[in-house]
Amino acid sequence: MTESDNIRVPVSQQPHSVTKSKKENGIGGLVSVQINEKAVMVPLGTTILEACRKNQIHIPTLCHHEDLCLAGLCRICVVDVEGMKTLQAACSFPITSPLKIHTSTPMVRKARRHIIDLILSEHCGECYSCIRNGNCELQALAKEYGVDGYRFGHVEQPRYSVDRSSVSVIRDLNKCILCRRCIRTCIDLQEVGVLEAIDRGDKTHIGTFLDKPLADVICINCGQCTNRCPTAALSTNDPSDEIWEAIDNPNKHVVIQTAPSPRAAIGEEFGVAPGKSFTGELNSALKRIGFDKVFDTNFTADLTIIEEGTELLNRLKKVLVNCDTSVKLPQFTSCSPGWIKFIEHFYPEYLDYLSTAKSPQQMFGAVIKTFYAKETGINPDDIVTVALMPCSAKKFECNRPEMNSSGYKDVDFGLTTREMATMIKEAGIYLPEMPKTGFDDPFGEASGAGLIFGATGGVMEAALRTVYELVTGREVPFKNLNIEPCRGFEGIKQASVKLENCVNEYSFLEGVDLKFLVAHGTANAKKVMQMLKRGELNDVHFVEIMACPGGCLGGGGQPIPTSAEIRRKRAQAIYEEEASLPIRKSHENPYVKYIYERFLTEGPCGKLSHKLLHTHYTKRGRFIS
Amino acid sequence: MLTLEKNSLSEEIEELVSLYGENRGSLLEILGAIEKKYGYISEFAQQEVARLLNIHPVEVYSFISFFSFLHSKPQGRNMVRMCKTIACNMKGADNISAVIEKELGIKFGETTKNRRVTLEYTNCLGMCDCAPAMLVNGKIYTNLDVEKAIKIINELK
Amino acid sequence: MSTSAVNPKKRTGPVIFSEYNSGDGIKKAFSLKREDILFELKESKLKGRGGAGFPTSSKWMLTAAATSEKKFLICNADEGEPGTFKDRVLLQEYPELVFDGMVIGGYTIGAKYGIVYLRGEYEYIYESLQSYLQSMRKRNFLGNNILGSNFSFDIKIHLGAGAYVCGEETALIESLEGERGEPRNRPPYPVNTGYMGYPTVVNNVETLAAVPHIVCKSGKWFKKFGTDKSTGSKLFSVSGDCNKPGVYELPWGITIRELLNIVEAENTKAVQVGGASGICIPKSGFDRKLGYEDAATGGSVIVFNEKRNMLQVLKNFMEFFVEESCGQCTPCRIGNVKLLEGVEKIEKGNYTFSYINTLKELGNTMKVASKCGLGQSSPNSFISILENFKDEIFKSNGANNDRVG
Repeated sequence: MTESDNIRVPVSQQPHSVTKSKKENGIGGLVSVQINEKAVMVPLGTTILEACRKNQIHIPTLCHHEDLCLAGLCRICVVDVEGMKTLQAACSFPITSPLKIHTSTPMVRKARRHIIDLILSEHCGECYSCIRNGNCELQALAKEYGVDGYRFGHVEQPRYSVDRSSVSVIRDLNKCILCRRCIRTCIDLQEVGVLEAIDRGDKTHIGTFLDKPLADVICINCGQCTNRCPTAALSTNDPSDEIWEAIDNPNKHVVIQTAPSPRAAIGEEFGVAPGKSFTGELNSALKRIGFDKVFDTNFTADLTIIEEGTELLNRLKKVLVNCDTSVKLPQFTSCSPGWIKFIEHFYPEYLDYLSTAKSPQQMFGAVIKTFYAKETGINPDDIVTVALMPCSAKKFECNRPEMNSSGYKDVDFGLTTREMATMIKEAGIYLPEMPKTGFDDPFGEASGAGLIFGATGGVMEAALRTVYELVTGREVPFKNLNIEPCRGFEGIKQASVKLENCVNEYSFLEGVDLKFLVAHGTANAKKVMQMLKRGELNDVHFVEIMACPGGCLGGGGQPIPTSAEIRRKRAQAIYEEEASLPIRKSHENPYVKYIYERFLTEGPCGKLSHKLLHTHYTKRGRFIS
Repeated sequence: MLTLEKNSLSEEIEELVSLYGENRGSLLEILGAIEKKYGYISEFAQQEVARLLNIHPVEVYSFISFFSFLHSKPQGRNMVRMCKTIACNMKGADNISAVIEKELGIKFGETTKNRRVTLEYTNCLGMCDCAPAMLVNGKIYTNLDVEKAIKIINELK
Repeated sequence: MSTSAVNPKKRTGPVIFSEYNSGDGIKKAFSLKREDILFELKESKLKGRGGAGFPTSSKWMLTAAATSEKKFLICNADEGEPGTFKDRVLLQEYPELVFDGMVIGGYTIGAKYGIVYLRGEYEYIYESLQSYLQSMRKRNFLGNNILGSNFSFDIKIHLGAGAYVCGEETALIESLEGERGEPRNRPPYPVNTGYMGYPTVVNNVETLAAVPHIVCKSGKWFKKFGTDKSTGSKLFSVSGDCNKPGVYELPWGITIRELLNIVEAENTKAVQVGGASGICIPKSGFDRKLGYEDAATGGSVIVFNEKRNMLQVLKNFMEFFVEESCGQCTPCRIGNVKLLEGVEKIEKGNYTFSYINTLKELGNTMKVASKCGLGQSSPNSFISILENFKDEIFKSNGANNDRVG
């Protein structure tokens, strides 16, 4: 069996299927088009939609999404191209010759209105009880086109039963408008391949292999589909009712840990433009809601760096000094639960390459219900740990049977950014205007290294800052500790840093070119695993993989909508917030030092660390779970 | 499914893949061949095809569900496809369908209890000038009337 | 196994069924340059015989002009339009025309690979076609170095699996590529980006069958038949209420009345020209001419006599489309369901005229907004039958007063 890319997307569906001219200003590079009596010049191959957007002409879309390949199947974006008998879909019509386009003729408007009415006639759902009320693309379109009645009728009874089998993602086919974005996300973007269109004609529905419940197939819970679904057909499994119950219960001590990616994006849920972090404001809001303590996940991110960094050095020693062939290199990061489930399903024979360190979320849960409980004298039975994450896979992660090393369920609930915003609004709080407060002790403020976990390359950068200094006694040779080769949204980044003049303890690494690789999105994870299979990673030591495009800041639970531009802004917010912090290396975090002195006294990768902060993985089926 | 059966099915599918090509373009041919031999494409067969062609099993399932002549669930030993489009309808296909249903004791879309016959409606078979027509296991029967239809059905029972 | 009413090889006709010996077209084509063949094709003004009626010479010219390491010629034998069976007759009785046409096509456009997409329902002619191809190879009309030239071309037959929508050329190509048979976005067109991304010509069986005749007898000869815009002849597959159903080759431009006479139809109330995607013509239109100018068809002509219930006919058509729609685009997937629901409402007497008008407007939207020909033409029968037979339908189905709501 070859590992060739059996790419599903036909050539006509890929963006820009027309070969673009090399020089835009060269002959044939630009085409003149007339859109609504406005004459513009556009590069050859531009779609009508792109041309209109560049010229502030609005065309509604539904199945179109910037991150995904073309579809042209909802037909909402149809426009009138002079000389063509039928209307053309603006999103997928490449301009290759001079055209006259009209975007709002009576026929176009009638067509759009009919299409919305048709979709509404089969859409079984009530806006006021729907989680996407206020942020639903169908709702917005209906408003834009003045829908005031069900011209073609309306379904009152649901046709399908809701799939609640998965603890991360809920599928409600009754709300599905068959835009196929979820399929293009799952198969083309993430290359996991869980969802496809089943049956034909009006029986078409989005389904899994043999229409099994989602929990029974190879869904990795990354939630990218929930982030791109225009309606509530796909949503994350919201535990906020149970969290409210715990908060309202005076006997329960409810603590929440917040990750950096939600903080960098939650402002979008309150109408703020992407790119501003609301860390301090969020702390106040959470206290006002009723959480007893607010902790910074970056603390355990720092802890993860210490544990994982130590593990890497141990592996390097075993390989380079003891020539132990049972030890696997490169070491893969293990903090992305979507990535973990991905490798458990698709590459179970390579589980030994994964670091055994838990994710920061799970480390925190274990630490809270042991160390924190001891320090404060609170019964761990009464502690409820909530994790605010950008991620829907974290819901699956905290429910994994082995995640109870504290003797209790380490993390009780995983909450996504969107779900958190709803809770905040429910409490009548307008987040952007809250005062800023800090995090609670004993975990206090974390280092910047922990904060940059939210961006792709962040874990690698944080790990290098610590590992390099441990090995050489010097800071990483990058200006302001900003390791640029780790930053940016390139699918797979590879770089290296030379270890010279090492301290005695690590003299075995003298002269070693520490090679690392960073990948984000499971499509790239797949490529990396294929490189591993082909032996192309034999001299690489450390690989960071994040399941979501962009890293955690592009997580499935993050605010909707998402786009490359939005993810870039979120990354900017994260790096800016980090640069201003006083401590920027994990090993300099005083609270990290504290926990090792007081609690994990055998040090990183010692017995207690292993019990609480490390985990093991499960081989899973290739096609069904 | 027994391991022995699984192994022989895997081998068969491997042969089909090497015959028709190891890319998704051979799906129509490979699935057509499996359907022809077994009357349907089982869960295991779908997984094997997906594995050997390096595509996702849900894509194989989706492909099968799209086409009327491919099935994911077991069918009867004999497949009867009755045309219900206009020309056959005009010549009394409705009546013949009702008679066939009565004869076998099942409705169209169902399989007899002894799993010998599956009845399916199909659309225009291209025999409009000698309607009504039906396909039985890929063989065409035209100019049907009630007696002819019953005779054909009885041979399948 | 019974076949059509007319005896094989005793068919007569001006073009397709005229005298032809296997291989003649290929031999003549090899003596010409590709540009000459394209010239004859252009002269002939041959249009696609599957129903869409796109000028064949344009398709071939665009593909011939494209530079690519591979090109494909696909014969669309996914004849699924209700009432059409002429391609089956051609494949069963005149394979030499079809396959010689493919070889000539491959030679002209520069393709080495030919594919016949045979609908799954025609599985029973698969073996005879395969053995005919084998005989062609033995006679050196197919395969490597045909007739000693340096042109190689071979044909593979792929069986379909029961989907009417795969008769649409991009849906056909999609199913050959192992995807669901859902039409693609066009542009780019198959002549540019077709099978596996290579330039591909998809031609109907009858179109290919006309090619050897044109090559042997010239495009000018072909133009003699038919009309100015609809040159040549057409194979009409006539069925329904008539005494002599079957395949008839007649020149384009013949009136419906003349055709009805030939097939000995009596007490005809309506004629469906173009299958379920065509229009239903009442008695008042029987002097209309069959052709691309007026009443076009891929060959299907279904005759209805006075006894037929036109609403039930319409219901049969709409049920067909609801089932066969691929389901990709909104107007066709849901629109056809709404049209069928409308027919059922009329059946039960549970409708208002304003809603019927709304559905007609929906039909007009479907005609322009659907992604492919299926959705674009499924409203034709809905609109034409309700319009042309409104007395029969609305009187006999009660409720002819406009109720509110």
